[in-house]
Amino acid sequence: MIHFVLLISRQGKVRLTKWYSAYSQKERTKVIRELSGLILTRGPKLCNFVEWRGLRVVYKRYASLYFCMCIDEDDNELEILEIIHHYVEVLDRYFGSVCELDLIYNFHKAYFILDELLIAGELQEPSKRTVARLVAAQDSLVETAKEQTSSITNIIAQAANTASL
Amino acid sequence: MSGPSLMDSLFQRTLEDLIKGLRQQLIGEQAFISKALEEIRKEIKSPDLSTKSTALLKLCYLSNLHFHDMSFAAFHALEVLSSPRFSHKKIAYHAISLSFHDSTPVLLLITNHLRKDLTSTNEFEVSLSLQCLSRIANVDLARDLTPEVFTLLSSNKLYVRKRAVAVVLRVFEKYPDSVRVCFKRLVENLENYDPQILSAVVGVFSELACKDPRSYLPLAPEFYKILVDSKSNWISIKVLKIFAKLAPLEPRLANRVVEPICDLMRKTGAKSLLFECVRTVVTSFSEYESAVRLAVGKIREFMVDEDPNLKYLGLHALSIVASKHLWVVSENKEVVIKSLSDPDPNIKIESLRLVMAMVSEHNVAEISKVLVNYALKSDPLFCNEILGSILSTCSRNVYEIIVDFDWYVSLLGEMSRIPHCQMGEEIENQLVDIGLRVKDVRLELVRVARDLLIDPALLGNSFLHRVLSAAAWVSGEYVEFSRNPLELMEALLQPRTSLLPPSIMAIYIQSAFKVLVFCLHTCFVRGGSTAGVSASASYESFDDLSVENGAGSTVAHGQTCTSAPITNESIVNLLKLVELALSPLLGSHDVEVQERARNLLGFVDLIKLEALNSSGQEENDSEQKGVEATKIIRLVHDAFSKELGPVSLSAQGKVPVPDGLTLNENLGDLETICSDIELPSSNTFSFGYPSEEKDVSSFSNLQIKEDSGQSNESTSLLAEHRKRHGLYYLPSGKSEVISNDYPPANDPALQGDNNDTASDLVKLTAESLVPKRKPNHSKPRPVVVKLDEADEKPVAVKHPESRDDSLSGAVRDILFGSEDILPTSSRSNLPSSNRKGKEKQHMITQVESKENVVGDGNSSSRRRKDHSHGKERRHRKKNAEERNETDRKEKESSSNHPRRQKSRQRAEEPLKVPPQTSVIPDFLL
Repeated sequence: MIHFVLLISRQGKVRLTKWYSAYSQKERTKVIRELSGLILTRGPKLCNFVEWRGLRVVYKRYASLYFCMCIDEDDNELEILEIIHHYVEVLDRYFGSVCELDLIYNFHKAYFILDELLIAGELQEPSKRTVARLVAAQDSLVETAKEQTSSITNIIAQAANTASL
Repeated sequence: MSGPSLMDSLFQRTLEDLIKGLRQQLIGEQAFISKALEEIRKEIKSPDLSTKSTALLKLCYLSNLHFHDMSFAAFHALEVLSSPRFSHKKIAYHAISLSFHDSTPVLLLITNHLRKDLTSTNEFEVSLSLQCLSRIANVDLARDLTPEVFTLLSSNKLYVRKRAVAVVLRVFEKYPDSVRVCFKRLVENLENYDPQILSAVVGVFSELACKDPRSYLPLAPEFYKILVDSKSNWISIKVLKIFAKLAPLEPRLANRVVEPICDLMRKTGAKSLLFECVRTVVTSFSEYESAVRLAVGKIREFMVDEDPNLKYLGLHALSIVASKHLWVVSENKEVVIKSLSDPDPNIKIESLRLVMAMVSEHNVAEISKVLVNYALKSDPLFCNEILGSILSTCSRNVYEIIVDFDWYVSLLGEMSRIPHCQMGEEIENQLVDIGLRVKDVRLELVRVARDLLIDPALLGNSFLHRVLSAAAWVSGEYVEFSRNPLELMEALLQPRTSLLPPSIMAIYIQSAFKVLVFCLHTCFVRGGSTAGVSASASYESFDDLSVENGAGSTVAHGQTCTSAPITNESIVNLLKLVELALSPLLGSHDVEVQERARNLLGFVDLIKLEALNSSGQEENDSEQKGVEATKIIRLVHDAFSKELGPVSLSAQGKVPVPDGLTLNENLGDLETICSDIELPSSNTFSFGYPSEEKDVSSFSNLQIKEDSGQSNESTSLLAEHRKRHGLYYLPSGKSEVISNDYPPANDPALQGDNNDTASDLVKLTAESLVPKRKPNHSKPRPVVVKLDEADEKPVAVKHPESRDDSLSGAVRDILFGSEDILPTSSRSNLPSSNRKGKEKQHMITQVESKENVVGDGNSSSRRRKDHSHGKERRHRKKNAEERNETDRKEKESSSNHPRRQKSRQRAEEPLKVPPQTSVIPDFLL
């Protein structure tokens, strides 16, 4: 299974972390520090796998972002590379030629998309179209809710204004 | 009243504001974040859920990417969770799965929220809560929510069902009893034709099978079906993983499966699936020659591929094969060796492992030579990787593969001279260890040690200090093999030794002590005519020793005297040198160094006064004094010349506690015993009495390597004491030796009895302990002293976690259990031993019931065969065949025979039909 997913920028900034196994907050920082030291230093034309604490980390660089997934020793590394690529494609489709800034400002969306893709450390949805559809459906749910909120706050705000006047 | 919160919500920063602010801040990131956190703490208490949820979202961001603690918001997250709005729920679930852990105090409060959402009509809400459950489930949650998950397992919304399937894994893990409830439904989902569901179920089973494959053997037919029919590479990979675990347990299953896997390997174009096939074959089907050959062919393709990923995986797969089929590695030797110079360090390490796997006692010398050359050329990191693996491979199992120890010792010397070498500690250990264990190599060992010591350049390299300390110790301990002890002495006392750390300096001084004593001994006791009758005993034993060591060392011994004759003059020089080198150290800040320097200088003074003046000039006058000095030299020399053997870690435990000795008794009465010890009053400087020299020396062996003169004094006291109060000492007798595999390493009585000392002991143990392997080389392998228990690495007995136990126990109960638990699903059971005869009968009823069900639709969720399609027929036959095969084990009845053959023929059909792989849309590549 996948133990965690990390997105690290080339400068070592963390862009996304998702933990499927139990890691305490302290361990998480340690893991990220160790791994960014391990992965960011690797040259461009080397293999995409790193052994780490008896586990294996599969990473792939897209533009300035490193997508890393940590798996068990006997998991299929190539499959994980596919999953990473799959995720990137879904992101690309969702944001429309995704770039790092998209992920920075919509970090929660990147999460929600990942949640559609993976659950409990296993690939859940191999179809890009389905993921896009599901995410869109949930977005619309959120949007309608938001509209309601804003209208309500507007009303209250107006009420408050009138009251204070 | 609602004023402040209203203002808060109006002017609250959104997540985007926070991110923008964080990127543009001028006050420093930490300051900005702590300000933002302050805001969040305030906002999160707001009664308005929108404000709260936004605050929570911001907190998630900070916690996730900037690692700020968010446990204080646990309760607030629950509050947001209770919101009816989907957007709030989503944020809350996100926060909870991010921050909750088993010891979060409010974890108990979440159960009802989860339950509510699990039964919600909105599939996205259900999905959210499932997702959350998969992350935070603990025993209580898993137990309380099992019914809901059970219901969802047969939900008609695929989206929900597949998620429920994935979550079941966590629920099982945490609460094994849930298996009794959910397992059947999980198995039913194996029959589902929706690839997504199937993928999820297979994923769950592949994880489960990793932990305890045996329990899932009964499901093999289902998995087989999936393997043959699967059109999705994702699923095939998972099923292969399952078979990799199951096949070793059941040879008949392996027989069946190996062909489809090979087919898959030939047909597939997806590299990931191909690699999975290869890995499955090499891990679990290694006895199927043709399959392995096919896999090896693919591995070779991988290894020569341009893509570094494939190259790496190829090497990795090769290292799996290597454990069983070494020929494969030798066949691909060139590629492997070439990969040693790959730019990618990971590939290099992988190929290094492979090279080390090839090492055997025949080629260890050549391979080491190649590797040391590589080490010279490569970067420091990999260089040490290489050296480390050479060291660990060669020392494996007490130097099992080393035949020519002379070569190995000089290799060690060579390795420590490699510029990047940082393996000093390991080399040190091995040098000392080999010295202790292998008698025959000591000559070479001393030569290597001398070469290391004598080179002043090496003293400047701090990584080598440990090696030098071993070299110093070796040259002191085995100085009798040295060609030129005087030269050694100079090396040990050279001025640059001041660069050494004090602990190693101390070893140098101690070794110098030993060398000095040896020189004096050769000069006065051996060379001189004063060796009396009393000395002959110890003398003989020493000679015995060197004779034991074989012709080579005796010759060397002869050379010692001829090549570097130790004259009185040289001794005088030697003593001067010692005084010159050590007097500055008397003021050393390190106690150890200071003390040893004092010991040595004290000894030098003693000798100078009493021996040199006299024996040098007027022999007749101070004959008496000369004898005195000789006696001292002899005593000290005896103390040093006793051999140190390796001591088993468990040696102490093997000494039986004698009857009547209660170890826990208060030792207060020892005081009275201690008080009547009379201090030996013969001399101010006593090394013990000649009559007890054996005891003295053997006791001193109990001390660690660097026993000093003072410890000799105390051991002589001890010996004296022992003589008086033998009652309080452990009895030592022959019976002990017989009962134990290895006699206590330095048992005084034993050595006292057998005068031919440790050498016999070593022989004795070597006979019983060195494995029967008799390598027939031209040069016989020297005896390596081995202690069976101590040398086996303490293997921590791994007990599988009780949780897993209960999990697999539960699964077994379900799968193998009595019929009344699972009346309908016995089809999935391969016969277990307790069901023999019934098997066939069952199968038939199954077939019938299935035929009835065909086209029945989804009438009953409890039935497993409701997904019948046209294909069903074929599968059924295959299944029947599968059962038959297992039947054969149970009862070898002739009536069964024709039918089995028939069904086998039919079952072969689906295999012959060109599998649809060619038309499979390749999802993976």
